Amino acid sequence: MKSISFRRKLYEIIMKALIYIAVGIIVLSFVGLIGYILYRGIPFVSWDLLSTKPSLIRGTVGILPNILNTLYIIIMTLIIVLPIGVGSAIYLNEYAKNKRIVKIIELATETLSGIPSIIYGLVGMLIFVQFFSLGTSLIAGSLTLVIMNLPTIIRTTQESLKTVPNSYREGSLALGSGKWHMIRSVVLPSSIEGIVTGCILSVGRIVGESAALLFTAGMANEIISIIHAPLANNAGSTLSVALYMYAKERGEFDIAFGIAVILLVLTFIINFAAKLAAKKINK
Amino acid sequence: MKNTLTRKKTLENMMNLIFTICGFISVAFVIVITVFLIISGAPAIGEIGIFKFLFGKVWSSTSANPSYGILPFILTSVYGTLGAVVIGVPIGILCAVYISKIARKKESAIIRSAVELLSGIPSVIYGLVGMIIIVPFVREAFDLPDGANLFSAIIVLTIMILPSVISVSETALNAVPKEYEEASLALGATKTETVFKVSVPAAKSGILASVVLGIGRAIGEAMAVMMVSGNVPNMPSLFSSVRFLTTAVASEMSYASGLQREALFSIALVLFVFILIINLFLNLVVKRKEH
Repeated sequence: MKSISFRRKLYEIIMKALIYIAVGIIVLSFVGLIGYILYRGIPFVSWDLLSTKPSLIRGTVGILPNILNTLYIIIMTLIIVLPIGVGSAIYLNEYAKNKRIVKIIELATETLSGIPSIIYGLVGMLIFVQFFSLGTSLIAGSLTLVIMNLPTIIRTTQESLKTVPNSYREGSLALGSGKWHMIRSVVLPSSIEGIVTGCILSVGRIVGESAALLFTAGMANEIISIIHAPLANNAGSTLSVALYMYAKERGEFDIAFGIAVILLVLTFIINFAAKLAAKKINK
Repeated sequence: MKNTLTRKKTLENMMNLIFTICGFISVAFVIVITVFLIISGAPAIGEIGIFKFLFGKVWSSTSANPSYGILPFILTSVYGTLGAVVIGVPIGILCAVYISKIARKKESAIIRSAVELLSGIPSVIYGLVGMIIIVPFVREAFDLPDGANLFSAIIVLTIMILPSVISVSETALNAVPKEYEEASLALGATKTETVFKVSVPAAKSGILASVVLGIGRAIGEAMAVMMVSGNVPNMPSLFSSVRFLTTAVASEMSYASGLQREALFSIALVLFVFILIINLFLNLVVKRKEH
């Protein structure tokens, strides 16, 4: 076999080296990032941290309020965004006949998904905190996140609606069901996995969000009961916002790294769940 | 019988209406966001003067004789984004090439999961690690009084845009028809030559989309750069503390009032226009791919 010229060999070697360097950088930053957070944070993750609230008198610096706030915001956001998002996807896939209208709506959805979270935070403050006078509150934060997560829910639902075979729809309609009955009993059940994937992705985004919540949900660290959570003027910070506060405003890095470990574990779980759901769809 | 039929028809019509409303809600949200941003952002621009606002070099919102020039923020955002793209895109594409074309199945699955996990990590964590590791490192390495500067921000942004660049480029590379590569190999090109002279050019519109996506992500990032950029409204240079468009909004919002507060909304409006332009470009790129 005739071997290739020197120039081509050099090209081969350089390009291969560059690829391995790039992969090395990715792997190194991944391992370094995760390793460092675990190394710095794990010593500070304790039952005390998870089960108390910050109190000068008792000398505790727990993050229980932040955990609860994160949960409240996830639940409230999903309760509102799910019906709207799924309904929107159903309209786009089942009802809309005019292609132009579908294009416009899809363009709007894409625009929403490209807007940075700091702008959502600002607009959420203008609309929900001030205009609807909800005050800095968990519910104002949740409503802001509803707009933010709408594109995710619409996209994933729409994708799974597209995979429902048309013969299902035709069969149902031929048996005499109306359009809504057909959607409720045939289309939606077959696309449930896509909706679940959308929920998981949204939860991931909500858990990691900080800029949009800073001015809408506030920075309070008090425990709020589940009854009071949806009411106006009940401010509270989620885990991500609390991390920012402890690290940037107060310089308490130990707690910040403790929260970082918890966020990391949550991210890991959410990623795994999303993968599992995606696998189920492909089956 | 007739009664149930009319009832059924009413229900059908009602559901039709409900779904139509849901369908148009994203359009409504875009309009509401735009209107609110313009209403609250435009007056300050009018008061300050659009030229003075966009091209003024001094931002001193709290001084006795305040001046509101956001050129430092605009340039910082542009330089920071460009820096992250210039460093991050080659690394991202090379890594995508590795995952898509070179690695064995198991290796690429592992790296892909790592990349997915990186993209899910909250930005405050990047900020925290940047604050603790990168800022002191930059201070020591370049012998500076303070390591919180544009350079640190670029490093953090680079790491943050890598996951989206990699995953979109990889999808584009995977979509290249096998025949192209086989033809190139059959003509005697090596595997590496095939990848860089056939696969990458064939996937270029997808790769371009990944770059635009990276730009969008970098220009919109607030919390992470807030923690590592020093947050001083200087004209940008690599080793001075700087303030981005996003951090300018976030850092003064909590205490601002009057014209200063309105000017912050104007900054958000400028950022929004930037994002719309990027989105438009992304749409054009993606659309061209579909044709």
